[in-house]
Amino acid sequence: MGGTGMSQATRPENRATELPTPDTTNRPADSRLSTGRKAGATRWDYVLLQGLRYVAIVLITIIFLLPFLWMTLSSFKTQIDITTSKNVFQFTPTTENYQNVFGQYNYLLYLVNSLVVAVGSTFLSLVLGLPAAYAIARYRVGWLGVVLLTARIVPGITFLIPWYIIFSRIGIIGSYWALILSHMLVGLPFIAWIMISFFESLPVDLEEAARVDGATAFGAFFRISLPLAVPGIITASIMSFIFSWNNFMFSLVLSGDNTKTLPIAIFNFISYSSVDWGGLMAAAVVITLPVLLLTLMVQRYVVAGLTSGATKG
Amino acid sequence: MAVSNPAEYSPKRNTSFVDWLNRHIKLIFILPSLIFVLAMMVFPIGYTVWLSFNEWNGSARQSPQGVGLSNYTNLLTADPRFWDSVLRTFLFSFGAVVAELLLGLGIALLLQGKFFGQNFIKTLILLPMVATPVAIGMAWLLMFEPTIGLLNALLRDIGIAPQPWLGSEQQALWSLVMVDVWQWTPMMALILLAGLTVLPEEPYEAARVDGASPRQRFFYLTLPLLMPTIVVATLLRSIDALKTFDIIYTMTRGGPGYATETINTYGYVQSFEYFKLGQASSLLVIFFAMVLGISLLFIQVRRRWGVQA
Repeated sequence: MGGTGMSQATRPENRATELPTPDTTNRPADSRLSTGRKAGATRWDYVLLQGLRYVAIVLITIIFLLPFLWMTLSSFKTQIDITTSKNVFQFTPTTENYQNVFGQYNYLLYLVNSLVVAVGSTFLSLVLGLPAAYAIARYRVGWLGVVLLTARIVPGITFLIPWYIIFSRIGIIGSYWALILSHMLVGLPFIAWIMISFFESLPVDLEEAARVDGATAFGAFFRISLPLAVPGIITASIMSFIFSWNNFMFSLVLSGDNTKTLPIAIFNFISYSSVDWGGLMAAAVVITLPVLLLTLMVQRYVVAGLTSGATKG
Repeated sequence: MAVSNPAEYSPKRNTSFVDWLNRHIKLIFILPSLIFVLAMMVFPIGYTVWLSFNEWNGSARQSPQGVGLSNYTNLLTADPRFWDSVLRTFLFSFGAVVAELLLGLGIALLLQGKFFGQNFIKTLILLPMVATPVAIGMAWLLMFEPTIGLLNALLRDIGIAPQPWLGSEQQALWSLVMVDVWQWTPMMALILLAGLTVLPEEPYEAARVDGASPRQRFFYLTLPLLMPTIVVATLLRSIDALKTFDIIYTMTRGGPGYATETINTYGYVQSFEYFKLGQASSLLVIFFAMVLGISLLFIQVRRRWGVQA
């Protein structure tokens, strides 16, 4: 940092002396160092700069993790420790909050509900979305692609009143089906979005060779394209699962007492007159932990899933 | 497909039904999705538009009554709560996206170039955006708590007076912006980082030979080269920011007063707390048109930049 500032201040004079000898710098290090360093900078400037960079990176990471740490810490505290204790690290850990969450508040049911809906909606989105994405990529059904992508843009709340009325009429309001169908509106377009470009990137030659060897159109899809698309399918499935697991608005309107998912259960938590902070944080940990673990295990896919479509022209 | 007639090559082709299936694979593959989209998306949107010209409280005994355009005129001319919510929606989105862009760019530059543990750090940083928003909202609720919250404890430590955060009409919206910035800056950073890593190297080598300072390199090389990615990321995030619901509704329910009510939460309240379904539908149609307009702008810009990049 010091080196950077100084070289900028003295740039006009430096420039003449610097130009003829650009190669005196340590080239390999220089070309890798993005923050930049001038010909006059020493090895120590580089070390200092990298050190500062590390400190900054670690600080930023801690800031992003702080709410998680705070949540987890509080979930092991009693209500008294949370509300009165002056020192945040001075407390006797208790698992009482977790016992309450599962015993008193019946979170096991909500956990199962969340799982059923997330797995169900992801599975059905795959069943519908994979063939559709394949057809869009191979047989050029572009308009369907546009329609599916529109679903990603439309505010979800626009659908809620009609869904509520339709689902009430056909008697599935409050059932798993209402939740699965609504969550599919998030999962299906996302799966299609990822898989269209994935199928487009697969070489057609393999399929054509298989067709020449006697494979049917279905055979080419199931035996050639689908196996090759597994990495894309994993990315799409994980994202669809996470979106469903996290969904709040659709479940808030469409779930029933016995099909409440975790986000709805925790939302009802704060309706009580005095907030049981420890219990609330324990519930929050129960909800977020599966998603965080999943993300840590398959981070490569999640990064690809979240940033896909944004960087390609 | 360049294959002539697959049946000629196939020894086990027998039933005509299988033949029929294979000839209509395109139809069979798109039909389920098409039906789903028609039933779950196209019909509901049409229904909402129709309902926006009616008055209905959702009861089965009384069917919707046609009222023409009065829901729209009512909303646009006689409902200050609507215009306030529009203003707040844009304040919230603009504030959040600008902050996310600046911070995201800084973090992307910081993370650019190899360092020990880079992948691990990237994973840790993306956790805020995959974590369940409702749960995150609860954790921030505790952190914002004026008497026992972490934020005021930190402020006290550095000698600043405790703040009311979500409890005050002036600060509540900006406190929510803070949560959104925490949640979505990583997304911005990761997209920009991906953009940074594919920048061409030649201009930088030329700049080195010319003795450009780091600042010059940033403003005359990195920023212009990265602009397509910046524009795409900003618009993508803006569309999502306009639609923010979970964090706002769970943390403040639009309060205190109406201080954090956005179009989305107002639409929800109109629909499922007041059951003014016609009025709510007209609001949702306007909201839908707004988001769609911004998305079309996004597609236009992306196409233009896409050609250039």
